[in-house]
Amino acid sequence: MVRSSLAVLVIDENRIRASIIEAGLREAGHQLVTVIHDVTGIARRIAEIEPDVIVIDLENPNRDMLENMFQLSRAVKRPIAMFVDRSDQASIEAAVDAGVSAYVVDGLRQERVKPILDMAVSRFNAFSRMARELEEARSELESRKVIDRAKGILMKSRGLSEEAAYTLLRKTAMNQNRRISDIAQSLVTAAGLLGPAEDE
Amino acid sequence: MSMRHQITAGFMPLFDSAVLVAASELGFAAREGIELTLHRETSWANIRDRIAIGHFDLAHMLGPMPLACNLGLTPLASETIVPFSLGLGGNCVTISNAVWAGMAAHGAEPDLDPARAGAALRAFIRDRAVAGREPLRFAVVHPHSGHNYELRYWLAACGIDPGRALEIVIVPPPFMADALATGRIDGYCVGEPWNSAAVAAGTGHIVTVKAQIWRNSPEKVIGVRKAWADENPEALSALLRALHHSARWCQDPANHAELAVVMAQPGFLGLPPAVQMPILTGHLQLGGGAERDIDDFFLPFDKAANFPWKSHALWLYTQMVRWGHVAHTPDNLAIARDCYRPDLYRSALKPLGVALPGANAKVEGALKVATAVGATGAGLVLGPDGFFDGQIFDPDEIEGYIARQKSAGAET
Repeated sequence: MVRSSLAVLVIDENRIRASIIEAGLREAGHQLVTVIHDVTGIARRIAEIEPDVIVIDLENPNRDMLENMFQLSRAVKRPIAMFVDRSDQASIEAAVDAGVSAYVVDGLRQERVKPILDMAVSRFNAFSRMARELEEARSELESRKVIDRAKGILMKSRGLSEEAAYTLLRKTAMNQNRRISDIAQSLVTAAGLLGPAEDE
Repeated sequence: MSMRHQITAGFMPLFDSAVLVAASELGFAAREGIELTLHRETSWANIRDRIAIGHFDLAHMLGPMPLACNLGLTPLASETIVPFSLGLGGNCVTISNAVWAGMAAHGAEPDLDPARAGAALRAFIRDRAVAGREPLRFAVVHPHSGHNYELRYWLAACGIDPGRALEIVIVPPPFMADALATGRIDGYCVGEPWNSAAVAAGTGHIVTVKAQIWRNSPEKVIGVRKAWADENPEALSALLRALHHSARWCQDPANHAELAVVMAQPGFLGLPPAVQMPILTGHLQLGGGAERDIDDFFLPFDKAANFPWKSHALWLYTQMVRWGHVAHTPDNLAIARDCYRPDLYRSALKPLGVALPGANAKVEGALKVATAVGATGAGLVLGPDGFFDGQIFDPDEIEGYIARQKSAGAET
């Protein structure tokens, strides 16, 4: 049986990442894409979908269950192997590094599956980058807030100007080989312990 | 202080990773000049993959997992050896309240006796079959696991065909108690604390334990990528010494409270210390107010718990053959025989003058009482190590053992 388009199943509990991968696959011309977030009843779904390729995130604790299912002929009609080609060490490493794994129907030619795996890997990496940037932006905002509060405490308790308060924080951080936001956090914590609303 | 060896290891958030975790957290690795970096994983498949591509040098593994890798039963496997065992025992069989009610009607008592519980379960399963109800569904953590093989051993020895009388599925350990509570499974075999969790929630009963199905039997191991071990013999020896000291520390009751606090950290188990006390004390609530103290429930060190017995590997191999996971051939038997490496354990620990067993394999089930054995170094006590059904596994008579189990299976 020759199919014109490969059926791809994406199993990812992260809905945003799953939809990014789905969009990528559709843009690349794969119309038979199914996304599953929850693995309850997945054996039946796999029997219905008959996927050629299954993409799964490595954070998913159900991987052992899925692999066992792939090896039981009752659950899936066609044998499923892992990755495109065991000899393709580079693409396996790229996938594991990105946090994604793929299973393919046995006998499927490598050149048909590789673009799908490459797509999943690049989208996983893009998602991680996005998540990291978001986290950095968030912690940047948090440290700016805590530094402002620490400056306020110093200005009030030591009668310093804003600039002098910041200089003191920076000097202390340099002397102790710590980050300004860490010094500021310590100060805010200490102020909270020593007297209520001292920084208000 | 700069370290002579850098080692990266993977582990699953299960209590029997304790010896590895304590080696890192309490300085046993550092004292041997090892910078040990631990990575928590979410599935055994991830551990296997990351060993295969070289992210990890070694990992906390299910006892049969390195055998499965070397026998070619899993995708992306790399040759893996076992120079150290992480402990004996630790698992329970837990069932739903409904199954317990059915078993109690057939004479089950809350005493963990595998034979009595098995007979009651068999009668209950027969009732259900007569009534035309669906087979019970039990869960284990992985097909190639001690859990799967000891559950099947117990069932088969009680006259229950695990392939026909019930269905065995795979569920990750942290999801077991939930799956039981919601009726998706009727029972499971898993390590602690996931049995006590169901008992505490009032949704399950512990009916028997690994320590009574086969006392002092193997569970998790340290699986090492063979290529790494071959290239880094000194690092491996240093690690085995660190693990030895760590295991001795973990066994000492004086350290249990501290160990529970270490394991409770979010990066390890992330569960309150109190939840970890049953496995450390062997004192378990069974459900319905019953409780029991279990001898040798989990041993991280005593009874040569860290020695990678070839007879343990070979018993696991016979069960892989028994349940159709692998064909019994001379080549496969040789692979199973070479996987566990007591020689590496010996050469690493001999300089410490610690007690070492005199042999690399033993007749499993032969010791009816705790026995001091002729070992090098200080005194060593082994056993009792009996199978609950009185069977003996002699690794020199492996053909007969496999044949006997095959014919016993054909009768049921």
